[in-house]
Amino acid sequence: MSNLTNEAVLARIQEKFGDAVRNHEEPYGLLTIEIQADKTHDLIAWLKTDEVLKVSFLTLIGAAHFPNDKGREICVNYHLHSLVNNVRLRVRAFLPIETPNIQSIIDIYIGADWQERETYDFFGVIFEGHPNLTRILNEDSMDYFPMRKEYHLEDATREDKDDRYFGR
Amino acid sequence: MSDTSKNKQSLFADETIDGQIATLNLGPTHPATHGIFQNVLTVDGEKILSSVQTVGYIHRAFEKLAERRPYNQITPITDRLNYCSSPINNMGWEMTMEKLIGVQVPKKVDYMRVIIMELARVADHLVCNSVIGVDTGALTGFTYMFQQRELIYELYEEVCGARLTTNIGRIGGFERDFSPAFHVKLKKFLKEFNKHFQEFDDLLLRNRIFMDRTIGAGPISGERALDYGFTGPNLRAAGVDYDVRVMTPYSSYEDFDFIIPVGTQGDTYDRFCVRQEEIRQSMKIIEQAYNNMPEGSYFSPDVPEFYLPTKADVYTKMEALIYHFKIVMGETPVPVGEVYHAVEGGNGELGFHLISDGGRTPYRLQFRRPCFIYYQAYPEMITGQTISDAVLTLSSLNVIAGELDA
Repeated sequence: MSNLTNEAVLARIQEKFGDAVRNHEEPYGLLTIEIQADKTHDLIAWLKTDEVLKVSFLTLIGAAHFPNDKGREICVNYHLHSLVNNVRLRVRAFLPIETPNIQSIIDIYIGADWQERETYDFFGVIFEGHPNLTRILNEDSMDYFPMRKEYHLEDATREDKDDRYFGR
Repeated sequence: MSDTSKNKQSLFADETIDGQIATLNLGPTHPATHGIFQNVLTVDGEKILSSVQTVGYIHRAFEKLAERRPYNQITPITDRLNYCSSPINNMGWEMTMEKLIGVQVPKKVDYMRVIIMELARVADHLVCNSVIGVDTGALTGFTYMFQQRELIYELYEEVCGARLTTNIGRIGGFERDFSPAFHVKLKKFLKEFNKHFQEFDDLLLRNRIFMDRTIGAGPISGERALDYGFTGPNLRAAGVDYDVRVMTPYSSYEDFDFIIPVGTQGDTYDRFCVRQEEIRQSMKIIEQAYNNMPEGSYFSPDVPEFYLPTKADVYTKMEALIYHFKIVMGETPVPVGEVYHAVEGGNGELGFHLISDGGRTPYRLQFRRPCFIYYQAYPEMITGQTISDAVLTLSSLNVIAGELDA
């Protein structure tokens, strides 16, 4: 295993992608790179083939919803892992809620298939190029994306609720 | 076509057997699927041509639920992911929280966790391997191994009082020290397990019938497994030695001496062998952890806002009462931050991606569920195999419905 540092990884990515790397941080030691949404596919494809970084394992795809961040409401996270160098990396892109479209990476990692379907199912992210972007865990007739923040669960601290109507 | 085959034709939708195509539902409620999975198989006689999976039958929206729960109330949710090895899930979550709030637990807690987590791994692998035996028609080993699993559950009971959904441990340590009865039971278990386990091993490992049934059933190559995002024993059976315990050690795993078994073919037999050896290695780790148990406290005194004080203190000390109230009501402030923490679960890399906005509940919590990720390879693995091999492949992948559907 080599001693590839986060700085070295970042420098190499910045050298290749320049301004497309919008932001970067290291929360709890995990290098997090914010990339321009339309460059995500290129970056992940390049990371897989790059002979220095060899980031060739897709750990996790997920999303989060930030309703107050106008134009960047949906955050799509890709956790990647270079098993050769033992370096983990998080790549993220922000999408506007009106057009939450991003290119699918199913052609790079076949394992992205269900994870992208799950992200679509819960957040409504449209992965362009996915051959079967349908709901996976929820039922097909559902017409909303339940993990978005506008769908609240019951709030335990609420006081304006009459328990008689809830069978308690 | 003869008259007899025409009669058969009426039983199936389109065409009949004798080298023609039929549709078969394997699941969702079928005893051989060991969980609620539906596979619609297109079969030519016994041979599977293609399959379509449906998942989500027991989806319980854990990620959404977690957004409304104070941090220490999320541990019981994690129980219900991979319910064959709940303690690993519990402790994975506790370690994620400890990483977020930046607390270093005492070495003794690490070792106690290692003991419990490895016991959980043994229990998990025992279920999987003995069920592979059942699916090949060898019920005997299963009954004997479930006695051993029962002993492990008794050990959990001594620590936390529960068996299946354990909710074991706390953020910052353990709820109490190992009891004297636990020590007695663990010593007995360490002494006697290997003998019983060896019997089970002898029953199946070189059994001609078992080998004929499992070798070549549901194979996957190392490259393909990596591409699919396999982790854990299923990836190692395909020849890739990736183990979170070694790559990114947590809970002092770097202190222990153990090997990572790998297979070559990635088939059912290799998955069986890898799990068998992992059980032995886990026992070795438990022995090392137990014999070298450091002195110290079974919880970290640095996080009174998270670690529930003892009842005696709550009734007699002002601070303890305040902290008790704050913890139970979920009013403890947490830092703003984002954490990804992974542990080696029974089936692979179990990850927790937590985004905290400083509120009383997580802003977003995502579980990396290894089952969900590798189960998508199932159609590819069983295409061209027979129906009985498909059942074996499913049980040897150890797909747990709770973890798959979250």
